[in-house]
Amino acid sequence: MLSGTLVVGVSFAYLLLLFAVAHFGDRRAEQGRSIISNPWTYALSMAVYCTAWTYFGSVGRAASGGVWFLPIYLGPTLAMTLSWLIILKMIRIAKTYRITSIADFIASRYGKSHLLGGLVTIITVIGIIPYIALQLKAISSGYAVLTANPDDGYRTVDAVYWFQDSTLYVAIILAVFTILFGARHLDATERHEGMVAAIAFESVVKLVAFLAVGLFVTYGIYNGFGDIFERAFNDPELARLLTISGGSTAGYGGWFALVLLAMLSVIFLPRQFQVTVVENVNEQHLRRATWLFPLYLLLINIFVLPIAFGGLLHLGAAGDPDTFVLSLPLLYGKEALALFVFVGGLSAATGMVIVETIAVSTMICNDLVMPLLLRSKRFDRKTQPDLTGLLLLIRRGAILIVVLLGYLYFRLAGEAYALVSIGLISFAAVAQFAPAMLGGMYWRGGTRGGALAGLLAGFFVWTYTLMLPSFAKSGWLDPAFLDHGLFGLELLKPEQLFGLTGLDNISHALFWSLFANIGLYIVVSLFRQPTGQEASQATLFVDVFKSQRAEPATFWRGSAEVRDLLPLVSRFLGSAKTHRLFSQYARQRGYASLDQIKADAGLVHFAETQLAGAIGSASARVMVSSVVQEEPLGLEEVMNILDEASQVRAYSHQLEEKSRELEAATKELRDANEQLKELDRLKDDIMSSVTHELRTPLTSIRALSEMLLDDPEIAVDDRMRFLAIIVSETERLTRLVNQVLDLAKIESGHAEWHNTDLDMRELVERAVGATEQLFHERGAVVELSLTDEAPHLLADHDRLMQVMLNLLSNAAKFVPKGTGRVGVTLDWDGDDIRVSVSDNGLGIKPEFMPFLFEKFRQGGDQKDRTQGTGLGLPISRQIIEHFGGHMWVDSPPGKGATFCFSLPNARRVPGEAQSS
Amino acid sequence: MGNKILIADDEQNIVISLEFLMKREGFDVSIAVDGAEAIDKIRSEMPDLVLLDVMMPKKSGFEVCQEIKSDPALKSVRVLMLTAKGRDTEVAKGLALGADAYMTKPFSTKELVERVRSMLAEG
Repeated sequence: MLSGTLVVGVSFAYLLLLFAVAHFGDRRAEQGRSIISNPWTYALSMAVYCTAWTYFGSVGRAASGGVWFLPIYLGPTLAMTLSWLIILKMIRIAKTYRITSIADFIASRYGKSHLLGGLVTIITVIGIIPYIALQLKAISSGYAVLTANPDDGYRTVDAVYWFQDSTLYVAIILAVFTILFGARHLDATERHEGMVAAIAFESVVKLVAFLAVGLFVTYGIYNGFGDIFERAFNDPELARLLTISGGSTAGYGGWFALVLLAMLSVIFLPRQFQVTVVENVNEQHLRRATWLFPLYLLLINIFVLPIAFGGLLHLGAAGDPDTFVLSLPLLYGKEALALFVFVGGLSAATGMVIVETIAVSTMICNDLVMPLLLRSKRFDRKTQPDLTGLLLLIRRGAILIVVLLGYLYFRLAGEAYALVSIGLISFAAVAQFAPAMLGGMYWRGGTRGGALAGLLAGFFVWTYTLMLPSFAKSGWLDPAFLDHGLFGLELLKPEQLFGLTGLDNISHALFWSLFANIGLYIVVSLFRQPTGQEASQATLFVDVFKSQRAEPATFWRGSAEVRDLLPLVSRFLGSAKTHRLFSQYARQRGYASLDQIKADAGLVHFAETQLAGAIGSASARVMVSSVVQEEPLGLEEVMNILDEASQVRAYSHQLEEKSRELEAATKELRDANEQLKELDRLKDDIMSSVTHELRTPLTSIRALSEMLLDDPEIAVDDRMRFLAIIVSETERLTRLVNQVLDLAKIESGHAEWHNTDLDMRELVERAVGATEQLFHERGAVVELSLTDEAPHLLADHDRLMQVMLNLLSNAAKFVPKGTGRVGVTLDWDGDDIRVSVSDNGLGIKPEFMPFLFEKFRQGGDQKDRTQGTGLGLPISRQIIEHFGGHMWVDSPPGKGATFCFSLPNARRVPGEAQSS
Repeated sequence: MGNKILIADDEQNIVISLEFLMKREGFDVSIAVDGAEAIDKIRSEMPDLVLLDVMMPKKSGFEVCQEIKSDPALKSVRVLMLTAKGRDTEVAKGLALGADAYMTKPFSTKELVERVRSMLAEG
């Protein structure tokens, strides 16, 4: 037995040592030489996960449930393997938006909602206070074991009055310690270097102490692991503990549920959020912690089973397995070791209490008290210019109240079931944050309503299926509803809700609470589109890695002057600090002084972020709104600027499309340009041809005229001959000019068409009549074969006559002199009217055929060229094609040429069918 | 003088006027109405000068010119190209192929005669 004075003295000395470590940590932080800025400290501080409940309780659980103590450690190990996915993102979000608690995280994510922040805080307080009580109990009972005469048996705390209870003083000392290191000053980032240093130190102490007692039991009392396990196997009661089915009736489902629960709690427990996310100095530290923390868990668990078996083998069922770590060394007279182990337990308990209360007090201050204060009239800017003192007071008060509430619960609950089982029940409470947290980080669609509904439902089910039953089992409630259900309804039995049996109470509660939570979160979220505020926050959270802009100020439209914002921030952060922060901001932005800072959205965002660290994001938004003329963005506007990633994706998509369009446009332009060039070339060719055709007759005309002018002595014959040539060439020029203009008009679509009802047969006969003289001169015979059947057409009489005259005069040109025969036919095949003009000339050379209808391509003997312009056939073809027909030539070698055209009957005027 | 001149042109009326003009100036004149005939007559009659039209059937004036200039036996034959296509490129092409002179249609009869005389005097 140890004297109470010694134990108390050592405990206080230890707390003083902690104080020294924390003080050292803070000093170093102020000097800028942080001792916590390394992955070892970071990982060790995460070990605040191992509380007194696990320090003492693991052995207790192992003694009754065998391997069932393991899920509590497997869960975190699994969670750490996912740390790069979840924890890193949480750290990044929290740092980017100055988030300092889970409540703030959720409130901020769902549109900076005070309501959500408050709800999360209340759930946390209800779930955590019993847990704090549990730590106090652990210290208290440890103290009792150390100081009691072993023969007295176990002494309960109820035996003493509260003022005699050293636990109260421990609680008060813890509260003071927490206040000193957790709420000494206000910081925008809310980091507590000294506290983290102390926590890391405590993690080392508790690990060394546990390893010490483990080694003592395993190698001091027994001969190593083999010995203990062999003995355990030989004892049927103990052998049972080494199997999953032996330790508990929950089966693999229960095992899975516990692993899941521990996974969620290591991420979402307020103290874990505090050390892992808020106190994180460098994201890179997470990399080492990913294996270091699980390694820590492995080390602290190695001796759990040996100690449990050792205790059971030695003390039997009579001993309290929760205190084996103390009672076994005491049994062997190793009082110093027992004291050391107690200090280890004290470490575990104090570490948990300190971090948890800091986390919870931040929530209470930022998410419960501040919102209420902000609403009250007395909280007026003019009466209270500096609120830093008030803020600190609230924090400190919250810490004290939380610790004392824990103590109160400890006094009330005592040995009751409600306290013993609270560890897992607490875990289940914080597991309710998982849907809103994870959904918030990965799903843009989650809304405030969804989160609120999910949290309320999950919390309600948790209360009904875990909290109330635990109260009932403690005798505080009538246990009848446990066995018969609420209002006697069997379906509402809290531990077999809706007839779900076969699960232990934790798995059962976890299943139903998460089912309700996730279900409502999703359904309610889907029910309504996120508001602009929610959508913008969702994007900031979900795409935190993508939007590495200095500030996501695009979502905040509004501005405020420095002279408005500076006093506002000063109220909460203090004047000196605020000036320092704003000066820093000015320097970063390249402004010479505070006055020059531009009143833009970026400044507003900066001020809000600084405030968020001190009073929570929701309150910060309210405060900043009071001085900023903000126009909240509508959902559509937010959607417009939403999601940098998808925006970038869309942009690049658009860009690709644009560049494709551009390429296509370029190609089109190039094609068009080619076409233009081609047309230009054609035009040049035409111009060149026209020039040539104009110059050729002009050459004769000029030469002959000059000679006639120069030489009056020219013979009369020659003179007449020359004049005839001049006249004929002049006619040729006139024809050429007319035809060029004609063709240009037809091609450009400016030609006038005077369509009338016309009889093709009559037209052909008149054309032949008009050229009669021509054929007569050549001594050619014209044979007609014209059908009577052909219907009338609706067409331009003069134009078709032009075509006929062209074909006939061509024929006249090419028939042999004297023996010429020209055939003209008119046919109607029911659809088309077909006209042909054939001659018995030399025909067209095959190599010339392709160019026959091109401009200025004259075939035949050059002797007859003077008549032609090279435009007759091209014009004729254009005319025929204008009326929807076509023109072609047929010229078998040596058999003359036959020019044909056909015109569709479709041009006939309806009702004016044929007449003959 | 009796210098021999070949007129190669497919335009009948131009041939008529050139023939009359050259004969009046006292030259011996022969006629070709296409490129092929022009080559034949140049080889057979060895004219002192050819009035060569560019646009002719069978062989263009350019081809004829090239043939004359690449044949050392026809070195003494002067070539005066006549074209109705007055573009610079045509002129350049003709001169590049070795034409001794180039005139565009319609030409002044006085200038043509002067040019022919000076070319004959050079050669």
